Amino acid sequence: MTRGQKDGRLLRRKWTEAFFLVLMAASTIIVVLSLLLIVGTIVWKGLPALNLSMVTQTPKGGYYLGKEGGILNAILGSLYLGLGATALALVFSLPVALYLNLYARKSSRTASLTRFALDVLWGIPSIVYGAFGFLVMMLIGLRASLLAGIITVALLELPIMTRTMDEVVRLVPRELREASFSLGATRLETAFKVVTRQCLPGFLTAVLIAFGRGIGDAASVLFTAGFTDRLPLGLLQPAATLPLAIFFQLGTPFPEVQQRAYASAAVLTILILVLSILARVLVKRATRHVIK
Amino acid sequence: MRLVKDWLGRRVMQAFSFIPGFLVLLIVVGLFWKSRAILAVKPVGRLLFSSAWQPLKGEFGLWPFLMGTLWVTAVALVIALPISLLTAVYLSEYAPRTIREFARPLIDLLAGVPSVVFGVWGMLAVVPFVGRVLAPLFGTTSSGYSILAGGIVLAVMIFPTIIHVSLEVFASVPRALREASLSLGATRWETVRRVVLRKGGQGILAAGLLGLSRAFGETMAVLMVVGNVPVVPRSLFAPGYPLPALIANNYGEMMSIPLYDSALMLAALVLLLVVLSFAVVGRWILVRVERRAQ
Amino acid sequence: MNGRNGNGNGHPRSHISLRNLNVYYGRHHVLKNISLDIPDRTTTAIIGPSGCGKTTLLKSLNRLLDIEDDVRVEGEILVDGEDIYGPRAEVTHIRRKMGLLSQKPQVLPMSVYDNIAYGPRIHGLRGRRKLDLLVERHLKMAGLWDEVKGRLHQPASELSVGQQQRLCLARGLAVGPEIILGDEPTSALDPQSSQTVERVLNELKRDYTVVVVTHILRQARRIADYIVFLYLGELIEHGPAAEVFANPKHPRTKAYLTGEIS
Repeated sequence: MTRGQKDGRLLRRKWTEAFFLVLMAASTIIVVLSLLLIVGTIVWKGLPALNLSMVTQTPKGGYYLGKEGGILNAILGSLYLGLGATALALVFSLPVALYLNLYARKSSRTASLTRFALDVLWGIPSIVYGAFGFLVMMLIGLRASLLAGIITVALLELPIMTRTMDEVVRLVPRELREASFSLGATRLETAFKVVTRQCLPGFLTAVLIAFGRGIGDAASVLFTAGFTDRLPLGLLQPAATLPLAIFFQLGTPFPEVQQRAYASAAVLTILILVLSILARVLVKRATRHVIK
Repeated sequence: MRLVKDWLGRRVMQAFSFIPGFLVLLIVVGLFWKSRAILAVKPVGRLLFSSAWQPLKGEFGLWPFLMGTLWVTAVALVIALPISLLTAVYLSEYAPRTIREFARPLIDLLAGVPSVVFGVWGMLAVVPFVGRVLAPLFGTTSSGYSILAGGIVLAVMIFPTIIHVSLEVFASVPRALREASLSLGATRWETVRRVVLRKGGQGILAAGLLGLSRAFGETMAVLMVVGNVPVVPRSLFAPGYPLPALIANNYGEMMSIPLYDSALMLAALVLLLVVLSFAVVGRWILVRVERRAQ
Repeated sequence: MNGRNGNGNGHPRSHISLRNLNVYYGRHHVLKNISLDIPDRTTTAIIGPSGCGKTTLLKSLNRLLDIEDDVRVEGEILVDGEDIYGPRAEVTHIRRKMGLLSQKPQVLPMSVYDNIAYGPRIHGLRGRRKLDLLVERHLKMAGLWDEVKGRLHQPASELSVGQQQRLCLARGLAVGPEIILGDEPTSALDPQSSQTVERVLNELKRDYTVVVVTHILRQARRIADYIVFLYLGELIEHGPAAEVFANPKHPRTKAYLTGEIS
C-alpha cells in the first residue's frame, strides 16, 4: 500500500473509534441520567407533599380514598412487614449459608443442588411469589393479613439473603477455619464464634439488601397483605404497605389522594436509597477488616 | 455436651438446606395443582393460543397476554441491550478511574429502585412523552399508555442487570490478552471488537438472557404504563396487557368467577416456566465461563 | 512488510535511546532516571531481581503503560530518532514497530491462521493468497509451520503451551516490526519449547533488535549480547554481555550475578 493509502486507512480507523466513543459516552450518560431523572421526579412530586401531618397520621374519611390524613398506616405497615419478613428469612438463610460452606464438602451434591435451587428461587418473579402465597393462604385458611404478607415476602427475600451470605462466607480464608479447628473447636462453635464474627459486616449488608428488596416490592403483597386505612393492629389483620399505597392511591382521580401517593413514593425511595448507601458503606468497611 | 450441640446444629442446618430445593418443587407443583381445574376443561393449546378473553363466558385465551409480554420485552431488549453494552464497554475499557467509580454506584442504586417507583416515573414522564411527543412524530395518536411506554420503562429497569453482568464478563478477560492485541498495533476499539467481545461472547449472551428473564417477570412498573387492554397489540403505540399485569390486576375477581383463579394460576405457571428457563440457561452459561477463566 | 531494509544509503539504524526516563505509578516512583542506548540488531537482556521495574521498562518501550490507571511517564524514549512519547507520535505505528512476547502465551480467541493474520488484516492487508503466504512465511520463521500446517483453521487454544508461544512470536513478526520485546518469554514453557524459542530469537537478531526481560541468569548468558541490570528501579550497570559477566563494575551487579541477592 502506498503511504497515502496507509494514512487514509489509519484515519478511518481512528474516526471509527471516535464515533463509537461518542456512542459509548452517550449511553453511559443515558443510564446515569435515568437514575437522576427518576429520583428527581419523585423528589419533585413527593417532597412538597411531605409534611409532619402526612407522616404521622393515617388517612381519614373513607376507604383509602379519604381526602385527609397521611400515610402513617403504610409507613408502619411496611416497617412491620419488612422487619418480620427479614427476620423470618434470616432464621433460615444464615444456617443454610453456613452449612453450605462449613459442613458440606466442596463437591457435595447437596451443596450444588441447593445453590442451584437458590439461583432458581432468585429468578422467580415476585408476582409468582404473590400467587403462591395466595395459594398457601387459601390452603391454610389465612386471610389477607400482615402474617400472610410476612411469609410471602420472607420467601422472596430468602434467596437474596442466602446467596449474598453464601458469597460472604465463601470469602473466609480456609486457614482461619483450620486455625479454629486446630484449637479444638467444634464446627458449630467455629461457625458461630469465628466465622460469623468475621462476616458480620457482610451479613449486615445481606440483611439490608434483602430488607430493601422486601419493602419495595408490591406484587408479592398485592394478594397477601391486603390493605387498610388503619395502623397495623395485629398479625392477622390486613396491613397497608408503601408500594401498595402508591399503586392504589395514584390510580384515583382525587388530587389529595394522589398527593399521598407521591409522599409514599418519596418516603419509600428515600428509605431505599439510604439502605443502599448504608449497604455499600458496610461493604467497604467489611473488606477493610477482612483478614486475608 | 458440646458434641451433642454440634451434632444437633449440624442436623438442623442440613435440614434447612433442603428447604430451597423443596420450595422450588412446592411452588411449581402448587401452581400446577391449581391449574388442573382449567386444564381439565380446556385443552392447553386452546388456552395458550386463543385470543378470546371473556372470563364471564368461560373463555380464557391467553394469547393476547403472551403477545403483550413478548412485545414489551422485545422493545425493552432492543433499547436496553445496545445502551447497556456500550456503557459496559465504556466503563470497562475507556473510562478513567474517577468516572468509573462515579458511575458504578449510581448504576447499582438504579438496580435497587422499587418497581412501583419506576411506575410512578413512567406515569409522570414516559406516558406523556410517548403520547404527546413520540406519537405525533410518527403520525399516530396514542394516549401514551402503550407497549412503547412499557418497553421504555422496562429497558431502564434492566440496564443495571445487563451492565453488571457484562462488566463481570469483561473483567474476566485477562489484561495481557488486550495488551497482546494492542501490541500488534490495534486501536482500543478494534481490541474490544475483535478480542474482548469475542472472548466474552457467551457471557454477553448470558447477560442478555438474564436481562430478558428479569423483563419478562416485571409486574408493577409495566402495569402502570402499558394500558391493560386485553387484545393483541396492533402497534407500539397501542396498549397491551402483559401476563404479569393480568395476574396482578384480576386477583380481586378471581374468586367470584368460576375457573378464573385456575386460569390465573396457569398464567403464573407459564410465566414461571418461561422466566426460569431463560434465567437458568443464563446462569449456567455464566458458571461455565467462570470455571473456564480459572 | 519489513520496510526497513530497502534503503542502502546510510538510513539510520533502528536504535532505542532512553533519556531520563522516570515512571510513576501514582506516587510510587518505579523507574528512576533511566538513560541508556539499546544497540541495534543485538539481543539485549534486562536482568535484575523481581519487582525492580524490568517489566515496566519493557512496557514503556511500546507504550503499553498508556492503558494503566494513574501512570505518569517523564523523559524521552527515542526510536529511530523520534520521541515515542512526543506530541506527534502515533501509538499504533509505534506499537507495530515492536512485537511483544508475554510471559504467558496470549493466543487470541480465534484460529491459528486468524491469529497470524490478525495484525496484517487490521493494517489493511487483503487478499486470500497474500494472507496465505504471509501466514506460512511467519509460521516458518517461528519454527512452527510443520507442526500446525494441517490445522491452520482450528482454535489456537488447542495448541500446546510451547506451540502457543511460538505462535505469538510468529503473530508479532507478521506485522513487520523492527524490534522484538520479550517479557520472560520462556519462563512458562517446558525446557524443549524454551530451547526452540531461544533458538528462534537468536536467529532473529540478525534482522531485528531483540530486548528480553529475564530472571534466568543462565538464559541471559546464553542469548544476550548486551546486558542491562536494574535494581529497585535504578539502572545500575549496562554494557556488552561478555564484559558485564566477566568483570561487573558495580558491587550490586557482582552480588546479583553471584546469587547473593535475588
